[in-house]
Amino acid sequence: MKILVCISHVPDTTSKISFTDNNTKFNNAGVQYIIGPYDEYALSKAIDLREAGGGSVTVINVGEADTEPTIRKALAIGADDAIRVNAFPKDANFVAEQIAAVAKSNTYDLILMGRESIDFNGGMVHGMVAELLGLPSISPIMKLEINGTTATMSKEIEGGKEVVECNFPFVAGCQEPIAEWKIPNMRGIMSAKSKPLAVLEPVASEEVVKLLNFETPKPKGACKMIDPATPEQLFDLLRNEAKII
Amino acid sequence: MSVLIYIETEEGIIKKSSFEAAGYSGALARLQGTHAVAIVFENTAVEVLEKLGNYGIQKVYQVSDTKYTQAAAMPYSSAIAELVQKENIEVIALPKSSTADAMVSRIATKLKAGVATNVLELPNLTEGFQVKRAIYTGKAFAQIQLTAAIKVISIAKNAYTATTTSDKATIESFVPTTNEVDFKIVSKEIQKATGDILLTEADIVVSGGRGMKGPENWGILLDLAKAMHAGTGCSKPVSDMDWRPHHEHVGQTGVKVSPNLYIAIGISGAIQHLAGVNSSKIIVAINKDPEAPFFKAADYGICGDLFDIVPKLAAAAKNYIN
Repeated sequence: MKILVCISHVPDTTSKISFTDNNTKFNNAGVQYIIGPYDEYALSKAIDLREAGGGSVTVINVGEADTEPTIRKALAIGADDAIRVNAFPKDANFVAEQIAAVAKSNTYDLILMGRESIDFNGGMVHGMVAELLGLPSISPIMKLEINGTTATMSKEIEGGKEVVECNFPFVAGCQEPIAEWKIPNMRGIMSAKSKPLAVLEPVASEEVVKLLNFETPKPKGACKMIDPATPEQLFDLLRNEAKII
Repeated sequence: MSVLIYIETEEGIIKKSSFEAAGYSGALARLQGTHAVAIVFENTAVEVLEKLGNYGIQKVYQVSDTKYTQAAAMPYSSAIAELVQKENIEVIALPKSSTADAMVSRIATKLKAGVATNVLELPNLTEGFQVKRAIYTGKAFAQIQLTAAIKVISIAKNAYTATTTSDKATIESFVPTTNEVDFKIVSKEIQKATGDILLTEADIVVSGGRGMKGPENWGILLDLAKAMHAGTGCSKPVSDMDWRPHHEHVGQTGVKVSPNLYIAIGISGAIQHLAGVNSSKIIVAINKDPEAPFFKAADYGICGDLFDIVPKLAAAAKNYIN
């Protein structure tokens, strides 16, 4: 099976978020970048599927040259080859059009990615890629099993889960516990350096949204401590001060 | 050039998130000097749908073809795109839900629309169509301009509090053109806790962490949740250890909640957990460790033994909450 895994290059989950250039640019000073955590679940699942049934795993990232260490990490984890579309991933629609353009010229049986990126949290790229390719899309999936040409998946819904079936090809957004993250070993890290990483130029995409500026939340006031001997005071405060009950 | 809102029901009743998004759509239509309409796919009683008029919705399109009974993002998206073109709709608004989240992107791509999820307020229309949305899992916001002719927005919980009227909506049947491709995903089974308050819909959420010491101790937390009509959540370690089901995991990689009141019991407050709760209106932390980071993110704190505090709170709650 030929699998395409789409990965985002995002600040580590513990990063302090701030902006520069009059709040129009993300401040990446001191920020550690990682493979999007949900995307890493997708990548781990793709590698499990290849190990069980053969085939190949290609990773794709839409990003400028600074994302290459993140792509190399995906290769070290076990992807066979990689594609970088050389462009700043300015919005979901732009990214989806780039991925769809690559997928159109290489037929994949399965396209996996995380349920959302942890920077913009749009959760839209899987649905957009699928729509552009005329394929079904399912998200967020927590389990995927293959039986011939059909996949059985468990999808998270409010208050529970839904079991769905779909024939290949399709696009899915993944989340835990679909697979265990894999720690790259020394052999993986060494071989990642020589695995193919193709750099493609972006296709034209019509602008549908424009980012104007960023804002950070106002700092929270001090926490009001309640005597643990009389915790019911909390309800008086919630009623009379916070006015929410 | 009207506003269309996608409405969801649960057991015949319109979900709270849908009413909120309906109120938002009604207000947006008034801002734009146009009108708001709704679409619903579950077969719903007329008197239930009429109530959407209270929130500023003039007309509700009811899809009653049984092919659409099972919630499915792909056929719903196609039906909405068809209605948008037929009725000259400019803005499509959706509440936050698992089905709606999967529809946003498909609708936007079908209509080549400008799209934004996690929208926090009514748009600013003074210069184009600008929306404020949460990014970096609630750690920041972005102001986005939707430049395409058609706009799709997904409304965050608590984005807008509607004032209601006694107006009633009219109901019209809508029969979408069925596209077989949209039915390629087959639902085999739905496993859902019934009777529970849905975490994402709840006004109050009570969550437990490792400080609860074991799944056998959850009774006191459930009692408090029941007394407060609250949804229940948990931290990542708790769902990882299978003390609680995965759909209760609140945090960066779990469910993001934005209730009026979030009560964290025995959760230290790792940044990844806070990312899932930081848009809550009021946060209460209960922890025995005075250095627990949650106290820095909370509005109210109780530092002490949760096994003593939580039962006392549960007993007192009934005097305050109907």
